[in-house]
Order: sequence, then C-alpha cells, then structure tokens
Amino acid sequence: MIRSRVLISGDLMSLHRGAEETKLAIEAELSYYGLTDEVEVSYTGQIDRSDLLPAVVVYPEGVVYGPVTPEDGAFIVEEHLYKGRVVERLKAPVDILTSQTARVIEQKGTTYAQKRVVLRRAGDIDPDSIEDYIINDGYFALGKALSEMTPAEVLQEVKASKLQGRGGAGFPTGLKWSFVVSQPEEPKYVVCNADESEPGTFKDRLILEGDPHAVLEGMALAGYAVGASEGWIYIRGEYKMAKEKLQRAIRQAEEMNLLGDNIMETDFSFHIHVHAGAGAYICGEETALLESMEGNRGVPRIRPPYPTVSGFRGQPTVVNNVETLANVPPIILNGASWFRSIGTENSPGTKVYTMLGDVNVTGLVETPMGTTLREIIEIYGGGMKDGKTFKCAQTGGSAGTIIPADLLDVPMDFASMGSHNAGLGSGALLVCDENTCVVDLAYVLVRFFKTESCGKCTPCRVGTAQMLEALDRLRKGYAKQSDLERLEEIAEYAREASFCGLGQAAPVPILSGLCHFREEFEAHICGECPAGVCPTAPKPACETPVAEEKCAPVPWRPDTEYPLDDPSQIEEAR
Amino acid sequence: MQTQEVAMEEGIALLDQLVEEYGDTQEALVEILRDLNDDKGHLTREDLAQVAERLRLPESKVYAVASFYTLISVKPTGKHVVRFCEDAPCHVAGGAEIWEVLEQELGVPFGETTFDDQWTLMPTSCLGTCAVGPVMMVDDDIYGNLTPDKVREIIARYREQDKGGAA
Repeated sequence: MIRSRVLISGDLMSLHRGAEETKLAIEAELSYYGLTDEVEVSYTGQIDRSDLLPAVVVYPEGVVYGPVTPEDGAFIVEEHLYKGRVVERLKAPVDILTSQTARVIEQKGTTYAQKRVVLRRAGDIDPDSIEDYIINDGYFALGKALSEMTPAEVLQEVKASKLQGRGGAGFPTGLKWSFVVSQPEEPKYVVCNADESEPGTFKDRLILEGDPHAVLEGMALAGYAVGASEGWIYIRGEYKMAKEKLQRAIRQAEEMNLLGDNIMETDFSFHIHVHAGAGAYICGEETALLESMEGNRGVPRIRPPYPTVSGFRGQPTVVNNVETLANVPPIILNGASWFRSIGTENSPGTKVYTMLGDVNVTGLVETPMGTTLREIIEIYGGGMKDGKTFKCAQTGGSAGTIIPADLLDVPMDFASMGSHNAGLGSGALLVCDENTCVVDLAYVLVRFFKTESCGKCTPCRVGTAQMLEALDRLRKGYAKQSDLERLEEIAEYAREASFCGLGQAAPVPILSGLCHFREEFEAHICGECPAGVCPTAPKPACETPVAEEKCAPVPWRPDTEYPLDDPSQIEEAR
Repeated sequence: MQTQEVAMEEGIALLDQLVEEYGDTQEALVEILRDLNDDKGHLTREDLAQVAERLRLPESKVYAVASFYTLISVKPTGKHVVRFCEDAPCHVAGGAEIWEVLEQELGVPFGETTFDDQWTLMPTSCLGTCAVGPVMMVDDDIYGNLTPDKVREIIARYREQDKGGAA
C-alpha cells in the first residue's frame, strides 16, 4: 500500500544540479528502511523557483524541500518518511511557497503574485503518469466537449475567451481556428509548433516536460473544433527529453482511448504524431516549419496563401504554439468568462516568462497578463543581482525589443507593449544591468540572425551581414558618423523588405537600441564604450554630435499577421 | 577493407530500421538524416546516395536538405563535438570569455576541427537552458554555469576518458 509520494524535480536544470543522485540516494535509503512498498518515488517537472532546485516534494503533506543534496535526500527519508517529522531545516522558504503545494498565493499586497493556468500541474504531478494528469482534471475538458458541446460551441468558447497566440504574435486563436473551419477542403490538420528556439526562451520545453498531456488535450480540442482528425507536434531536434515524454504520453492516452479512433466511444477520432526537427531557428516560422515537415529545407513560403488555407500537404492547417494549446483545456473546462477574469481586458489569461540575466533568481514565471516588468523583477527575480541598477531589458527573445528603464512600469500585455513600440514576443525577459553595453548586445543579437538567416531573400541574407559589419566597426571604435547613418538605413530596408518574420525582426534590436540609447552608439564613434565592454580606443579630438530627438517608432511586426477581409472581425475577436 | 564493408552493411541495416520507423516518403527525410547523423557523426556522399535511393529522391535534394540543418553534418567532424551557445542570454552571463577559453584550450577557431580529429568546435544557437548560462553541449551532454576553470576541467575529463579507453 502506498502511503506517501515523493516527487523530485527532474528537469534539465535539476538534473544538472544532481537530481539523479538525490533520487538514487532517496531510493537507497528507502530500501534500507524497508519503505520501498509504501513510498512511491518519481520525477516531476520544475517547480517555480529555480533557486530551489533540485526540489523534493513529499505528499500527502505537500512539504516542499529544496535544494536537496543526496545527503539531504537520505536525511529526509530517515526523518520525514521513517520517523514522520518534517525537516524544518531543509524546507523551502514558506513566505514564497504556500504550505500545501509549491505555489504562491494569488494576491500579495497590491500586486499580483504568480498565477498558474498553463503550469498549474507542472511540478505537482509525475509527467510520465497519465493517471496523475487525470486526477488533476486532465482530459475532463475533452470529455466535456465531446459529450456536451458541438464543435461550433468549442470554437465559440475559445473565441469568447479572447485567447491570443502565445508564440509571439498574439493573433486571436479563435479567429485563426475559424479561418480553417470556413475552408471546404478536407482533411484538415492541427500542428503544434514546439520548435522553440528563440534565444532565452524555454517555456515550451518545461511545459512539454512537466505536463505533456495538457498539450495533447489542447490539440485534440483544436481538432474537434476545426474538424481535423490528425495532428502533428513539430518539436526541435535538441529537445530529446521532451520528445520522449510526448511519445510516452501519446501511447498512454491511446491505450486509454483518450486519443486515437472513436475517442471516449464517440465519432471523433484524433491521432497525434511527433515530428522532430534537426536544428534550424527559422523552422519556428510556421511556413518554414511546414516545409521542414514535408522533408524540405526549412525556408518560408510566400503568404498568402496562409497555412489556414493551404498548410501541411496543401491542406487547411491550424498552427499553434505549445503554450497556446495548453491554455485551451482550462478554457473549455472553466468557461471563457473565467479566463477573461484573469489578466487584462484586451489580453486575458496568463503569460509564461523566462527570466534571465542580471537578476538574483532566473527561471520560469507565470503571471497574469498586465503584470509589469518591475513587479516581475522585484517579486520573482528577487531584485537585481548584486544590487546593481537596471539599465535595459530585452523582451521577447532575439526578435524582441530593447527597452529602457522608463518602460518598467508598463503593464505587459500584447496591446500595451505594442503601443510603446515594444514586443512581448515569446516571453523571454533578458534583464541587463549597468555593466551591459547596448552596442555589444545589438552585435550579439544580429550575429545570431546572420547565422540563422536561411538565405532565401537578399534583404535578410545581405542585410544582416552588413548590419553586423557596421556594429563590429562601432564595437572596435573604427566607425564614423556615416556608418551609423548607414546602419540605420540598412536596418530600415531589412525590416521593410525581408520575406519573413526573421529578417523583419533582425533590425529591431538595433532600431529599438538606437531609439532609447542613441547616445551610447554615438559615444562608440568617438571610441568610447560607456559600459567598458567593447574593445574600443578613444580617439583624440572627437566630438559627438548633439543627439537630436530622433526616435523612429519600432512597430512590433508579428510574423503571423493573417489577412482579414473585414477588420471588424479582429475587433469582434478581441 | 573488411571493416569498411561491415560498416556499410550496418549502415544499411540502420537505414532499413529508420525507414520502418518514419516511412519511405519525403516527409521522413529530415528525421532519417538526423538519426543517421546521430549514429555516424557525419554523413558521407555514399550515405546521402543510399537515403536518396531508398526514398526515391534526387541526390541533390537530399544534399540540399542535409546541408541546411545544424544537427546534420556533411563534413567530417571530430570525435567530440563541442557546441557553444553564442546567443544574447549566454553572452550577458559571461559567454565572451568562455568563447576565448574554448578556442585556446582546444587550439582551433570556431567552426573547425582539430588536426587529430578529436574535437570539433561549433557555435550553436540557443539550447533552451538559458537559466544556467553560459551553456555548452559536448556530444549529447549539456554543461551549464560555465566558468573558465570549469571548461578546462570538463575538457580534461574527456581527454582523460579517451586515454583510458585507448589503453
């Protein structure tokens, strides 16, 4: 008889910090005390505090320990599981975690604390066990949809929830689905975009590793709503652990008739396949992703036709991000009005962020839309590292924008960020302190795009190379004023003329950097790096021109802008 | 000669297995090439020709696809492949210094293989473990929170292992 359960965080970061040794030590100690039959030990996803990893959660008490070394693990077995005493010394700080589960309270003073919709199970359950998922309301939404709702009602619910795509573009999900529904061609397909390669983003990996069934259920619901009976998950080739977890989850769901033919003895059938990529950033662009799935080089297709009209195998296809799909089951289960009660008016729900850089705690955070960057840094990031001053943040991964300190208090959702010419993007938050040089940062970002450009169109292929060259000259202190003008010019061209989102996004770090930190670029022309990062040499008798107030707006251009016959459709969806 | 033939036969057996798993249409191409590459380190012209024949595709098409993706290599690589993340989050966490240490320690610039065919040093884009940056991947293992000393220690460990294996 099982009386206790021990969950050990088994994500990559925990494994890296010795979670496996801790697990082995716990198992060894359990068998020493003869508790093997009474206590079940398994891995779970990450809990929300990366400074506590590897974490150990003991149920039914719900005590969270962390970080736990192998010796600590053995001690917990002796004290907690054998003698029945909670080890206070090793417990995770309770001001952050509630006593019952590894969760923060929803409201903390006047600010929001972490609110989990997408990650509500990750870290609480064993992702390898479908039973764990089902006990925690898993597949209830699918059951509800199949037994009580028509496909049109499911679609209507998602539309009414105002869910927006979480891959970066923020396109209304319900609207995208309805484009597919309105196509007469059969069959239709559902594709889950798990080619997460935006630098600084790893939310999708942790969702897939921590709660794979949520994504499968979301896909099945999408399939039901749009009339598709087959779905693919395109996962990046580097995510081997997530791929295995998905394949296992699919097998389990098929065995229980929650996927496959005639799901829950209804007429609805839905099969899910996993297709792994082979390393290419561009394959996250949805048409390049489809090309790759069909066995081609991952170069983007011309749009229109959009994938909703002609996608995988030329058929109408829904392409959604992992996080978007994981939002669907709770929406169907709890209703659209519940979902709209979280977040902001225009962007309801939560957003999963990955926080990196010069903060005390890096890692994954899920908060309601509309939480400000300052709140996220102060509450979840534990403030700036070494008490340094915030200089800038790069939001949305490499394709995102560089934002200065005066935007710290903007509520982060798609619309408000957009109105400040900043992007929410994939949810990566790279926080930089005063020791960061914006020119150096822009150089590294553009270097990334130059490497990842697929080479199909000239503005991107040549533009990224030229921008990199100009930035390198700036970095090394060789640049003249004309180089800076030229850089700006090329950046504008690349943004306007590139074929797909990659080339359009590549100049954004430069343009937004220039917009907010122009004087720093000017200083480099005089061979001065204010942050002292670049290998520059001061030039004698150099005067920087008086910086004019020249701040070209950087419209955030989502790469998934679908055409709308009637603009009121998008209003309606919002 | 004999070993070459054996290797060839093993390669064909593996290809059969992969075709069984992924199918023999063009849609299987990327996955088959990646798994073959995982097994062999890199793909030779003969490998690509075999895949082309099995999937009934032109060789040029197979080469075009193989040369596009970073996890598939059409050039010989060293025994160990070091992939170092060069993106902004790792850079901000001190990646520039690690970059130099790696080049010094292995004695090759990025993108190259050492003369003794032991090491290939490659930049890579995000490995999705940014919270522990700077990060590098040696063969299939990811190492995070790198410092110059840690890098030297890791490389020394692989060298030690290789020596042990040869003796």
